[in-house]
Amino acid sequence: MLPAVRDTGMMAGRKGLYDPRNEHDSCGVGFVVNIDGRETHDIVERGIRVLQNLVHRGAAGGDDRTGDGAGILVRVPDEFLRNQWQGRQPQLPARGSYGIGMIFLPRAGNERRQAQNLVGTIVNEEGFEFLGWRDVPVDPSALGETARRQQPHIAQCLIGGNGLDGDELERALYVARRELERRAREIGDEFYVASLSSRTLVYKGMMMGEQVRDFYTDLADPSFTSAVAVIHQRYSTNTFPSWKLSQPFRYLAHNGEINTLRGNRGQMRSREDALSAKVFGRDIKRLLPIIDGEGSDSANLDNALELLNMAGRELPLCMMMLIPQAWGVKYPVGPELRGFFEYHAGLMEPWDGPAATAFTDGTVVGSLLDRNGLRPARYTITKDGFMVLASETGVLDISPEDVEEKGSLRPGQVILVDLDKKRVLKDGEIKSTYARKQPYRRWVEENKITLHGLFNDVAPVETDRARLLRLQRLFGYSREDIQLILTPMASTGHEPVGSMGNDAPLAVLSERPQLLYSYFRQLFAQVTNPPIDPIREELVMSLMTFMGNRPNILADDPRNARLIKLTHPILSNEDMERIKSLDMKHFAATVIPMGFPAGAGEYPFEEAIEQLCSRAETAALNRRSLIILTDRKLPEHMAPIPALLAASAVNRRLVSRGSRTSSSIIVETGEAREVHHVAALLGYGATAVNPYLAFETVADLVERGALDVEIDVTMALEHYMDALRKGLLKIMSKMGVSTLRSYRGAQVFEAVGLNEDVVERYFSGTSSRIGGIGLSEIYGEANARYDAMVNVRPETATLLPSGGHYSYRKDGERHLWTPESISALQQATRRNDVELYRKYARSINDQARSQSTLRGLFRFKERKSVPIEEVEPVESIVKRFVTGAMSFGSISREAHETLAVAMNRLGGMSNSGEGGEDPARYEPMPNGDSRCSAVKQVASGRFGVTTEYLVNARELQIKMAQGAKPGEGGQLPGHKVNDEIARVRYSTPGVSLISPPPHHDIYSIEDIKQLIFDLKNVNREARISVKLVAELGVGTIAAGVAKAHADMVLISGHDGGTGASPLSSIKYAGVPWEIGLAETQQTLVLNGLRDRIRVQCDGQLKTGRDVVVAALLGAEEFGFATAPLVVCGCVMMRKCHENICPVGVATQNPELRKRFGGKPEYVVNFFRMVAGEVREHMAKLGFRTIDQMVGRSDLLEMDGAVSFWKARGLDFSRLFESCGADAGGTRCLQEQKHGIDDVMDRGLIKEARPALDDGERVEIHREVRNVDRAVGAMLSGEIARQYGHAGLPDDSIVCHFEGAAGQSFGAFGAHGLTLSLEGEANDYLGKGLSGARIVVTPPPPATYDAACNVICGNVLLYGATTGDVYIRGRAGERFAVRNSGANAVVEGVGDHGCEYMTGGRVVVLGETGVNFAAGMSGGIAYVYDPDSVFDPRCNLDMVDLEIVEEPGDVEELRGMIQRHMEYTGSSRAWQILGNWEACLPLFVKVFPMEYRRVLGRMTVQDEAVERAEVVND
Amino acid sequence: MVVDHNSLWTRQPEESVLMGKVGGFLDFSRKDPGYRAAKKRLADFEPVELRLLDAEVRAQAARCMDCGTPFCHGCGCPLANVVPELNDLIYRGRWKEAADLLLSTNNFPEFTARVCPAPCEASCVLDINDEPVTIRQVEMAIVEKAFEKGYIRPRAPRRRLGKKLAVIGSGPAGLAVADKVNRRGYKVTVYESALRPGGILRYGIPDFKLEKAIIDRRINLMEAEGIEFELGVSVGEDVSCRFLQDRFDAICLTGGSRQPRDLAVPGRELSGIHFAMEFLVLQNMLLAGDDCSGMRDINAKGKRVVIIGGGDTGADCLGTALRQRAKSVCQLEILPEPPEKRGPDTPWPEWPNKLRKSSSHEEGGERRWSTATKEFLGRNGDVVGVRAIEAEWGAGQNGGRVPRERTEYEIEADLVLLAMGFVGPVRNPLFEELGLECDERGNITVDGRNMTSVDGVFAAGDMARGQSLIVKAMLDGRKAAEGILDHFA
Repeated sequence: MLPAVRDTGMMAGRKGLYDPRNEHDSCGVGFVVNIDGRETHDIVERGIRVLQNLVHRGAAGGDDRTGDGAGILVRVPDEFLRNQWQGRQPQLPARGSYGIGMIFLPRAGNERRQAQNLVGTIVNEEGFEFLGWRDVPVDPSALGETARRQQPHIAQCLIGGNGLDGDELERALYVARRELERRAREIGDEFYVASLSSRTLVYKGMMMGEQVRDFYTDLADPSFTSAVAVIHQRYSTNTFPSWKLSQPFRYLAHNGEINTLRGNRGQMRSREDALSAKVFGRDIKRLLPIIDGEGSDSANLDNALELLNMAGRELPLCMMMLIPQAWGVKYPVGPELRGFFEYHAGLMEPWDGPAATAFTDGTVVGSLLDRNGLRPARYTITKDGFMVLASETGVLDISPEDVEEKGSLRPGQVILVDLDKKRVLKDGEIKSTYARKQPYRRWVEENKITLHGLFNDVAPVETDRARLLRLQRLFGYSREDIQLILTPMASTGHEPVGSMGNDAPLAVLSERPQLLYSYFRQLFAQVTNPPIDPIREELVMSLMTFMGNRPNILADDPRNARLIKLTHPILSNEDMERIKSLDMKHFAATVIPMGFPAGAGEYPFEEAIEQLCSRAETAALNRRSLIILTDRKLPEHMAPIPALLAASAVNRRLVSRGSRTSSSIIVETGEAREVHHVAALLGYGATAVNPYLAFETVADLVERGALDVEIDVTMALEHYMDALRKGLLKIMSKMGVSTLRSYRGAQVFEAVGLNEDVVERYFSGTSSRIGGIGLSEIYGEANARYDAMVNVRPETATLLPSGGHYSYRKDGERHLWTPESISALQQATRRNDVELYRKYARSINDQARSQSTLRGLFRFKERKSVPIEEVEPVESIVKRFVTGAMSFGSISREAHETLAVAMNRLGGMSNSGEGGEDPARYEPMPNGDSRCSAVKQVASGRFGVTTEYLVNARELQIKMAQGAKPGEGGQLPGHKVNDEIARVRYSTPGVSLISPPPHHDIYSIEDIKQLIFDLKNVNREARISVKLVAELGVGTIAAGVAKAHADMVLISGHDGGTGASPLSSIKYAGVPWEIGLAETQQTLVLNGLRDRIRVQCDGQLKTGRDVVVAALLGAEEFGFATAPLVVCGCVMMRKCHENICPVGVATQNPELRKRFGGKPEYVVNFFRMVAGEVREHMAKLGFRTIDQMVGRSDLLEMDGAVSFWKARGLDFSRLFESCGADAGGTRCLQEQKHGIDDVMDRGLIKEARPALDDGERVEIHREVRNVDRAVGAMLSGEIARQYGHAGLPDDSIVCHFEGAAGQSFGAFGAHGLTLSLEGEANDYLGKGLSGARIVVTPPPPATYDAACNVICGNVLLYGATTGDVYIRGRAGERFAVRNSGANAVVEGVGDHGCEYMTGGRVVVLGETGVNFAAGMSGGIAYVYDPDSVFDPRCNLDMVDLEIVEEPGDVEELRGMIQRHMEYTGSSRAWQILGNWEACLPLFVKVFPMEYRRVLGRMTVQDEAVERAEVVND
Repeated sequence: MVVDHNSLWTRQPEESVLMGKVGGFLDFSRKDPGYRAAKKRLADFEPVELRLLDAEVRAQAARCMDCGTPFCHGCGCPLANVVPELNDLIYRGRWKEAADLLLSTNNFPEFTARVCPAPCEASCVLDINDEPVTIRQVEMAIVEKAFEKGYIRPRAPRRRLGKKLAVIGSGPAGLAVADKVNRRGYKVTVYESALRPGGILRYGIPDFKLEKAIIDRRINLMEAEGIEFELGVSVGEDVSCRFLQDRFDAICLTGGSRQPRDLAVPGRELSGIHFAMEFLVLQNMLLAGDDCSGMRDINAKGKRVVIIGGGDTGADCLGTALRQRAKSVCQLEILPEPPEKRGPDTPWPEWPNKLRKSSSHEEGGERRWSTATKEFLGRNGDVVGVRAIEAEWGAGQNGGRVPRERTEYEIEADLVLLAMGFVGPVRNPLFEELGLECDERGNITVDGRNMTSVDGVFAAGDMARGQSLIVKAMLDGRKAAEGILDHFA
């Protein structure tokens, strides 16, 4: 699914900041199969029906009928084709000995004939017999308007095998297709081979699932039969997907996205020279390049899969090589299997990212989930030998009595149907079979090279202070680097944490020499792809990496295992010594200095890089596989080349020469010290890094006694390396990447401030959208560091420069918040002094002009002004202002309520943040003020997100990311969770609250559509917004969000504030909102989506001028957070995370809270003054209303007066590009269609009226299907609106359902509601449960053992606060994730059960998957473990395992099982209760340690809150 | 006079082990070292302020919150001392590094630690609603530790560069210029008309605030580093400017702002009415054992003293007069009595208008506010009293003052000291000789590099800026030094 590298659809290429490369998509996927291989038309019919029932997982574009893509892959329907071919010559050869191509041809007649001729020619050249063309009959009227305009001519070509058949024929057809694809390039973009095979055939196109059958009339023909059908329904973030991006591809359909695509492509490219396989002989060269430059990530994956498969590996094995399960030391897996995966890891880096796949080559069909298993795959096997697997269950009507088995794939699992053997193969069998095909374990053990002592204890590093100081100067160290970054890392082994946003200039705008790393911003996952929790889900993560000679991936050979294995990529000094002295065959090291002649100018600098690359190339040619780039001990007159530039340049050179995989680049540099530095080096190709100067600096810190703890040098170095490792995992995981091997070279960065030349030459593939510095400036900055070393002033001889990037220093980096601007703002708003406000605004706007922000470099074009009296009044402008999301918990109640009261007075909106809200605030205050936050945030922790909370909002905001730490979760440590915070968050005082990095109900774009739907159901009055952070591609995500029916999208800048966040995230993730907002506006307009969604912008907005810039770039609403806090007294101490805020803003300490001096009046004054400033600008620009101004980026230009040397290369033309109004509206003009008008709940509410209005008990009966989603949510919203959180008495409304419930069954179910389901349910059952009871049982006629079958999907009870759930059967992954208080009984769960749980009780009467109780800080789980297999599957970091013996516990457990039996009739419950004495000892009590401690002191009321060490909130 | 430094440390042993630093201000309250007992200290001229013990200083340093936007550094301290880092280093006991860091922004912390009014503390974030960190005491501890441990020792430049600088005046600005330029390797000669160097530091500030050994210690250090002091040489009189211009590549004028503001009221000609500086200089010279013959003897012993002017100089006169055993001392200030705490007209982080009590005010005497002097009363040509009247503020034009009617009264006085500030540099022949441009207040005009209208002639400190704080004079000196180094380059 994602980024098509070169789009070839109707939008040819990029426009403005919109770039089709950034498209994402996602989807529904599945297959149906007759296990015994019978060819029936029914399979085709059923496949299409599955597609139709997954339509809600897809999306439609601007014209509402054009689907993003759908298709079906079947076996070649021989009988049908024969019928069609009847009477034609030459005749069709025997079944299996001819090939058929499904080909998209150009629409224009000439080009089409040319293409058809070419096909004929090549077919003949390749030694086949060209049989002829068959035009595929289609009905274009089935399509949407856009799709129809794009529709290619679709024809099938039939090819006689000339005696070949089976694998040989397939291989020959493959070679022919590659040849064809290469030579067809000149014909144009429209030509595309959907499939060419003797076994399979693909029908697909730009349509919705339900249109496939109408469009392709072939599919309706009863003779059109197949034993298998793989289907795919696509959801794209754009509205102009191309025909060829629809799926399935030739072998697979993929739901997910490959985050490491650039790395995988690079690695595949660099392997090409070494590829050799007997079966191809010299033809192998004709297959190159293996990866189509034009395909999407899924298409590329298909390319790689095809190569491996064609070269002789079986299809399932190829899949496991490409998307391996987790097998690291922490993952419970046997030695044989580990050997198998380790061996293959040496051949192929994972194609990393979320993936649910369905694949087939016509002889087997299967499905595989990636290691994180974040996309669902549910299957049903019937007694009559039919199987369906799809993203949802219930997509086909199958009578319960016919069901043999219901299951779901677990993370990393594969399932297979072998049509020859006529049987289903499960994960264990498949993997053991392959693992035993060769003695992989032994191969690995015997060939793996370990360097003696590698990664043993690091020896203390010797330091010589004078030399050290020189080196530190040379590499641009500052005191801040040492104090703020290295000291905490070495002291604690963690990355340092900071707070508040970044108000220092971008690297390209800084007058101080910057390290090259600073020009690179980390990319992160949002919406289309989930980030990972690297701490709680460590078992899927891996920093392991190999060095050495990489093998031919097409061969299976023990020598492939001859590799040096590193457990992580940070090399100690001893490691380096050993590596340097290695001299084995294939493992010789070459040391190449990274230096350039200081002061000699740009040209010699460039030369030096060139030379460096040549030397590396020579070394690689001489088979010296370890290339060490070093800046250690450079000669006197040499200055170091920025290591990132050197590493990337060398990597690129080696890749382009095809020698990258045979060599490893090891970077020995004094420059790298922060996590971001190391990540960038690895991301651009380094294999391992030795940050020697950082080591020496740490050693020196120890000697000087400068650390916060008393430890020796060795320990400090270990800590430092540990912090780097953790940081690396974090950076990888925020992009959703699990393994370093695929992160390497994947370039998941965006450059900000580098010109195209530099990027093209040294970092090609990386986006850099506003130009910036070139090689000469990079040289200038590198040389300036050398000069700083040489020219030392006596008074600072022993000192490094201050730095000042994080904390303000007069001699350091510039900041927008200075003592002057802070005090001017505070005085201005306190006295309501407009003159003083102007002084403040000038100080910000002028500072900006001295190059702190991009907008500082903008200028408004001259325009005819209007009298200021005609401009819309302050009162209406302030309604567009909102305050940023800050949770009660991150800021004090006083500060939180002050903002809310002020915004309510103004008619703007304040934001609850993610910590819930005290229901008392929903009531107006006596003086008429309201403390109720208009915007209620829904974040990944779901703290305090009850139905009542949701219905008390004017806007519900889904927070996907936060500017200061996009892609990361957070943690509020237990000692900060006092009674009050616990109460509003529905958690337990003293128990830590962890916010997961992803929303566990948003793993992909179709999921956010579901969550929006859920929320809209609960609160129909509220608008739904989605908060995104600006980064490359945010525009396309916004488009996807618009298609998901969000009413507003918020684009946050990278520089937004935080209560606590790793410093590297504050500094290096995301981009300025100017870029993200412009990209969003352009993308939405181009896609014709802008008119149905509002756009808001925030991120260090401080003045009216900022507002005007944002409006011109496309925002309709404007968010402020830091500035109003400053108005309330914040003095930018940046110590929020330490809970010591001396002005009572960001603290929960009651003493300090008393010091809070803010007043709503001040905040009101502030916003009115900002609006006043806005009006002045508007008058000058000739605008009477904000609406007129929105999106008028044509009125912006670059300030020509800026002459700053580094800013000269900036180019904002793409930013200012106005994507004309011809494409549709440029601002929001209409409401979204939410599709909630005829949901099932409308009827339920009607029937439940007696209960709602008069308290009568009501029973309702309904059938339910998987397209009925969020059943119960709207009804619950009604209950909460009328009765608050308390709801109705138990069982006031009892609804009985039969069938397969759609996603989010019982979401936000309120108290008094009982939902009883006979059948099965999909994902997100009981999400946000707020008191309702949900009972799920298999349908009565079912004969399968409920306890062994999966009847509920993934992520149940996410964020539930109260209520009970009884499930007679198994549930999927992440059962009861982030459960705060609901009680549940279930008969088996998948991986990650009870993750992040903080309260409630869970009883599991069967097996669990791995990583149970990860991050579980509260609540109790009881697991029935008769086979004693639970221990290794439980994550013991935060919990103890005990036997159940306390009388209270025993009673509780027994009571829950008793009720389970009563409600569900569970036979397992019956057995256990019937044999209670014997069964009780088989239960394990999973008891969080923190929870236990708190329970012990629950009587102690709200003690004065202790001060925090680290708070991530 | 030898000062026993040890006698200055407070006696109470500090009990506690330091707690974790985060939020130190919640664990410790501000502690000032206080002064020696008033009775005892009036018996001598030795320094009055006590010192904190090391452990106490560290606890006080731990109160610092290491603000992300440190107002002390960014807005309070003119020299931009890196206060948060200094505090942190002291908290951690890293004295040597603290000294290096302090000396990188402040040439003479031993002076500012004693006499700076500490605007840094006024802008400390804790001054919003708590007691600010005792930044000045931390500075004191750092610099004294540095001397004690020998961290500060002569460091003559490794090589001498060709150019030479003459600094005229050896007050804080002149010394700062000399120090900075000398360290960079240029030869510096300091001309001082008095017999000892130090300017206002030596002659204007009483020993009980700044003991002169501290100045000597610094001068010795500077001499050891190669700076020459030409004492008792008055440029413009003893040597001509032309002479200096011939011999030096640049000249820096740092003569201060010594022209006192006079009070033109009837009776001003009476004897017994003196400028404060005359009084203070004499006492300082006496204590130093200088030859004071030929100077007017001004002594407060047994006299009723009236000091006109409520500022620091007035307070110095007060303390000195008390030590001379005056019969009574009355200090008059024309402005109204400021509030106890920071008033709303000077919100944080501005320098607060609030009632300030120096050590001298604790020792005795009387302060009167809103009091204007109408006339000096005399008998036989000697002053015997002052006629004063209450001033009413806010009633005049632009909020100015008017006399409040029928509030006239008399104060008996044998000695009247005028401590009403300074109006500008004392005119000196060299102004004409050089043709220096001055502003309307008589201060020398300088450009961004502190160069005067004459090429190669620089000026710094009060002479260019007008009367101000020592710390600002040092800042000017540092800036001028940069200008001079630029000029030399």
